[in-house]
Amino acid sequence: MTPPEIYSSTIPFYAVMVSLVAMPLILLSSRHAVLREFWTLAASVVKFSLVCLLLPGALAGRVAGFTFWEISPGISLALKADAFGVFFALIASGLWILTSVYSIGYVRGLKERKQTRYFACFAVCLSATIGVAFAANLLTFVFFYEILTIATYPLVIHKETKIAVSAGRKYLVYTLTAGVLLIAATAWTYRLAGTLDFRPGGLFGDASFPPGAVTALFLLFLAGVGVKAAVMPLHSWLPAAMAAPTPVSALLHAVAVVKSGVFGVVRVVGFVFGPALMHRFGLNILLATVAGVTILLASLLAYRQDNLKHRLAYSTVGHLSYIVLGAALLSPASLVGGLLHIANHATMKITLFFCAGAIYVTHHKEKISELDGIGRAMPWTMGAFTVAAIGLAGIPPVNGFISKWQLGLGSLQAGELLPLAVLVVSGLLNAGYFAPVIFRAFMKPPAVPHERGEASYAMVIPLLVTALLSLLLGLDPDLFFHFHRLAVGVSGSILGGIGQ
Amino acid sequence: MVNNAPALVPLLLLATAISIPVLAIRKAKVAFFATMLASFGSVILSSYNVFRVWRNGPLSYHFGGWLPPIGIEYVLDPLSSFVALAVNGIAFFVLWHSGGVQERELPGKSVPYYALTLLFLCGANGMIVTGDLFNLYVFLEIFSLAAYGLIGIGEKQAPVASFRYLIMGTVGGSFYLLGIGYLYIVTGSLNMADVRNILPHVPGNPAVATALSLIVIGMGIKMAVFPLHGWLPDAYTYAPSTSSALVAPIGTKIAAYAVIRILFFVFGVDFVSRTLPVTDVIAWLSAIGILYGSVMALAQNEMKRMLAYSSIAQIGYIGLGIGLANPLGYIGAVLHILNHAFMKGALFLVAANLRKKTGQSDISMLDATLRKKLPWTMAAFTVAALSMIGIPPTAGFFSKWYLALGAIDRGNWVFLAVILVSSLLNAAYFFRILEKVYLAPPPGQTAGEDSHPEAGKGRGSLAGEEEYCLMIPVVVVSFSLLLIGLWNANIVREVIQRILPPGM
Repeated sequence: MTPPEIYSSTIPFYAVMVSLVAMPLILLSSRHAVLREFWTLAASVVKFSLVCLLLPGALAGRVAGFTFWEISPGISLALKADAFGVFFALIASGLWILTSVYSIGYVRGLKERKQTRYFACFAVCLSATIGVAFAANLLTFVFFYEILTIATYPLVIHKETKIAVSAGRKYLVYTLTAGVLLIAATAWTYRLAGTLDFRPGGLFGDASFPPGAVTALFLLFLAGVGVKAAVMPLHSWLPAAMAAPTPVSALLHAVAVVKSGVFGVVRVVGFVFGPALMHRFGLNILLATVAGVTILLASLLAYRQDNLKHRLAYSTVGHLSYIVLGAALLSPASLVGGLLHIANHATMKITLFFCAGAIYVTHHKEKISELDGIGRAMPWTMGAFTVAAIGLAGIPPVNGFISKWQLGLGSLQAGELLPLAVLVVSGLLNAGYFAPVIFRAFMKPPAVPHERGEASYAMVIPLLVTALLSLLLGLDPDLFFHFHRLAVGVSGSILGGIGQ
Repeated sequence: MVNNAPALVPLLLLATAISIPVLAIRKAKVAFFATMLASFGSVILSSYNVFRVWRNGPLSYHFGGWLPPIGIEYVLDPLSSFVALAVNGIAFFVLWHSGGVQERELPGKSVPYYALTLLFLCGANGMIVTGDLFNLYVFLEIFSLAAYGLIGIGEKQAPVASFRYLIMGTVGGSFYLLGIGYLYIVTGSLNMADVRNILPHVPGNPAVATALSLIVIGMGIKMAVFPLHGWLPDAYTYAPSTSSALVAPIGTKIAAYAVIRILFFVFGVDFVSRTLPVTDVIAWLSAIGILYGSVMALAQNEMKRMLAYSSIAQIGYIGLGIGLANPLGYIGAVLHILNHAFMKGALFLVAANLRKKTGQSDISMLDATLRKKLPWTMAAFTVAALSMIGIPPTAGFFSKWYLALGAIDRGNWVFLAVILVSSLLNAAYFFRILEKVYLAPPPGQTAGEDSHPEAGKGRGSLAGEEEYCLMIPVVVVSFSLLLIGLWNANIVREVIQRILPPGM
């Protein structure tokens, strides 16, 4: 396999920095709501455009690299927009535009306080997410990963209620602990391998290991990135973090933060350890077990949640592990399926959260048991909800079906039947916990008739767009952004030069 | 001038310190300006020294023209010039800041206060540049006596705290003196480089081992290595805020520097890690100290006291780096001298601003009105706190990074775990404050808001209600942590790695 061609480019740098530059602008325009929102929107559009510029190169197997400077002797702070990075960055930055629009509708609808802090932190989070996506080595990855942890905290505690503050504490305990474990793992990797640069197929080369070191190191990594990826038993911060405003849950706790976690899992599996080591030490079985258990347990736990956002959170926990499972199986189709699920779950889950937020803003309902008949009051919103829910259950023609199909195919390629069974059961469970919501919304008559009314346009349009996107990507996964081609390329590069 | 460079900084500070009582005889305000001038001069000179050493290699100056080993030698190598710059830099900002709080905390005492600060800095600079073991003792005493004074002029309990520090400090100083006495008996020399050359020729001499133990214990007291830290919490808590902001970042760090200098550059790595495992002892004690300091910090309700305990933990980081006795640990230790000086400086300045604004710095009394009253101070606090926790890209992250690498290099997982656990404990006690400052609602209706003399003053300017001379130094010191972090590789490559201890 020929290594991908690396060309020097400043675009990754600008893509990371755009929102960081926007932050002081947002802070300075704290007294002017419109100006503040303008900066957010401008930054998100510019960021997305910059990432789009990197797409053709990534499809052609060319990697845009940018090096800041040496950050520790022998290790540079460096960015590398490889296919995988561009894949993730596209999703995060693209959905940021929609979330920004939605946020504006949301905070205005609720007359939230401290909107400046809200938008400023959001901008920093996005910078950190793109930094995570484009990190060329582990230290850079840790760098942005930790910034993301800290920048998310003010958003989690945004409401400043007791619940929010204690959720914030829980969030910090989990993520900061994960952070130090990740640092330990990184330092140890540096000691063992002498390099931290991500390389498709693993960075260790033919390094020799002391007995037990590989498994211990892998467990450290798993704890480090597993918290954000919400693999059980490290997941419980995520439902708690639902105390955050809904747009935060939508973008960060369904896309940016948690996907940084699973992104990290795939990076660790495919670009640090590599398939050979994973197989040699049985790490893939370990990871697949964790993922499988998480999928089933999370789906079961979702039933018990009456709070809509909490049910969505548990559903997120389960679906994140689909991706982890895809990485663990390490077959061509499972990797493609896992990667596609990063994108597909993002569009679907963000739709669901958008819907939950729209209901909350217009009707102040948070519990599923209060949603009787809401579908008649908000037909568009609940329509979008239904589309996304169908997708998460893995029913065609929504995009969730595609990733699940690939994952199922992948588990057969890997010669395993158990993961396939897990996927099937999980699909049924998904259908089971979303059906009551939809049933109540459309079939049950409301106890007290709802006032008819959708949320503002700023909220309804984004959720319709994401629902439509889920549908279209289900019909043609290569539409617009060539997610499928990118995923095939990444999977090929990890497994050794098939599609790169 | 160029040849005198090593001696210039201590002499400048000493001369100003002595002349302040005369200069300020009519107007006390002169003392402040003279101090600022001298401090600024020392920053310029030490920057120039760093540059010269970087370009031309080490400089040495012989006092009175007497050649070493008979005469006293001052040496500027990358390490000493770098530490001197760090010390003088942080001192400059603290002194600048003191202009705004000193008159309130120590009314009518500005002349002795500033004379003492300069003596303190003179002692510190002397300890850094001297190449002579006995001369180091002399400066150690100048520095310590000034520190006792600086701490003793504080509030009611300060003289007691200072007296305790004095007793323990004197014990430490005497141990050190005894130690170099033994060394002198064995080697017949007091010049560091000379002793270094002679020591290998006296193998197995128990007097050398005794000397080493005495020196380490003596300096350990000054450095406040666990369990020799007893004097520190009270001294830092009851000292005037502006004194703690000066003594905390500099005091213990100078002792740490002296330990590095003597262990690695006089006795040598081989001797201290194999013949007599001093470094192992230091490392384990430091590891315990890190955990002890962090846990105790968590239990404190007064911010300065919390910072004092946190200092004990942070000294542990430096001690651990020294104790690892490998290049990465050494890099971590030296870098942390700089980082901790800036972090603790910033945090104590924040505490000083809090006290000036609200009259106290109890953590339980903090609430969200502060972020309105002291927005910049609190922003500075946030950055410094993140650095203490070790979040990239702040400087603290990199101390942790090098120390973790060093611990792994050594194959010692306990040390690695200690470093990581301590960063979580740091997070616990700093987020406790951050939560209060940004989230805790003020108790009831604070009708007294207008009773603050400064309330409303300067509203609408960039600094809000804050005074510029209080706000700028805090913000500069704390935000420079980001710069130090981002460009730490340059410091490591151009300064620290240029003078790795021989044999490491």
